[in-house]
Amino acid sequence: MTKEELKSTLTTLFPEATFEENAFVNLNISSVDVLKVCTELKENTMFDFDSLVCLSCVDWKTHFTIVYLLRSRSFKHELMVKAKIDNHENAEIETVRNLWMTAHWHEREAYDFFGVKFLHHPDLRRLFNPDDWDGFPLRKDYMDEVNIVEL
Amino acid sequence: MIDVLETKDTGEFIINVGPQHPSTHGVLHLIITLDGEMIKDVDPQLGYIHRSIEKMSEKLSYRQFIYVTSRMDYLSSHINNQACSLAVEQGLGVELPSRAKVIRIMMAELTRLASHCLWYGSTGLDLGAVTPFFFGFRERDEILDIFEDTCGARLTMNYIVPGGVMYDLHPDFQKKVKQFIINFKKNFHEYNDLLSGNIIFQNRTKGVGYISPQDVIALGCTGPVARGSGVSCDIRKWYPYEGYENLQFDEILETDGDCFARYMVRLREMEQSIRILEQLVDAIPEGDFQAKTKNVIKLPKGEYYQKVETARGELGVYLISDGSQYPYRVKYRSPNFSNLFAMKTMAVGQKIGDLVSVMAMLDLVIPDIDR
Repeated sequence: MTKEELKSTLTTLFPEATFEENAFVNLNISSVDVLKVCTELKENTMFDFDSLVCLSCVDWKTHFTIVYLLRSRSFKHELMVKAKIDNHENAEIETVRNLWMTAHWHEREAYDFFGVKFLHHPDLRRLFNPDDWDGFPLRKDYMDEVNIVEL
Repeated sequence: MIDVLETKDTGEFIINVGPQHPSTHGVLHLIITLDGEMIKDVDPQLGYIHRSIEKMSEKLSYRQFIYVTSRMDYLSSHINNQACSLAVEQGLGVELPSRAKVIRIMMAELTRLASHCLWYGSTGLDLGAVTPFFFGFRERDEILDIFEDTCGARLTMNYIVPGGVMYDLHPDFQKKVKQFIINFKKNFHEYNDLLSGNIIFQNRTKGVGYISPQDVIALGCTGPVARGSGVSCDIRKWYPYEGYENLQFDEILETDGDCFARYMVRLREMEQSIRILEQLVDAIPEGDFQAKTKNVIKLPKGEYYQKVETARGELGVYLISDGSQYPYRVKYRSPNFSNLFAMKTMAVGQKIGDLVSVMAMLDLVIPDIDR
């Protein structure tokens, strides 16, 4: 599907979602809808997003976004899904590891660095930092006078 | 450095491999559950060489953060630099001179060859043969000499920068690459003679560490690991960048999905890299090696994503700019991260001795996983 076709089909399916344009089609959704939207994107043969390329978390100081980069191997089209988590203090989102297994470690990484809890993830431990590490290093308000040297 | 942690009542052992085990090629720590000799579970413990390159990149300017990426997958440092430069150039909207593009492709393919040569050597070493190490390093050294002439470094190159490359090529570059191609073609049959046809090597790799194409896609494997299971995923073919679309080369696919298939993919890929070099070595256009860019780069507010094919698979650079001199967020989707995740699928049900074959054929570079 081309970008325009993808966008128009997605608009009819998810009327509450908004779009952004750059190199990709960006689908902005709320974090509560993530499982519903992702299941539809994976199962619907019209899209057939069978691989999750990258899962990143972004700290926008007031909220988080979880960015899923999806790719369809049969159609060669790509889509960025951005799930907004409004609660910065107690960030929670549903896991997608049951749809794309590769998300298992990506979600553990996001939990380790940002403290975003992935609900129903069976093994949500820190991935890189030691288990007793204090705080979440990639958050914008993270302070560490010893290890971070300001240039 | 293998020590037994505990024995359960069921007769299962839990043992630690690493973080200082020679076959892990770095500081990787695996907790393995064993039933006799059979592997029941593998749990990799990461982070021993975690330097938080993503956090560091947020404090560095768009010219500076590229140097840090050489330290991620240090065997593909040219290609890491290339991925970041391409992402920054996307934001700048500069058009590269054709000379810079060709130089970049040649450097990338030489890097791929050097990386596969090292992998070939260390694979032989892991599986008990010392000679492949000398063969692999003989060719690798020749490539590193070519790199050293042009960019002064042998490992962390920092040669590809936003807007092109840092310096022009060394006057001897073409001559040396041509000589290298001749030498490589002359020597390449030794690679096959020594390991590919070796019955001991085949017994240790054929049918070992099988992974199905469905699992490859679900677990997000890329690069030779995925292509060994017959899953096409070469970014150079799927989403061509920097003029790969104009070059003649094949995407190598093997369908067996075992360690030997992954081995064959890498060996045959080396021939394709040579093929690309042959097409370009006499066709380096004259002209500038750098496009004009400002000293202080400020990207327009927005998001940029660039994917390239490194020696190990798909590297993605996700760059978010808030309009200032520094990136707001940088995320690296590193190929080894997802490939290592698939190790559990490959290793469970195998004997403990086969774990070394599985790890060797994943071609792990730990700093790329930990970042």
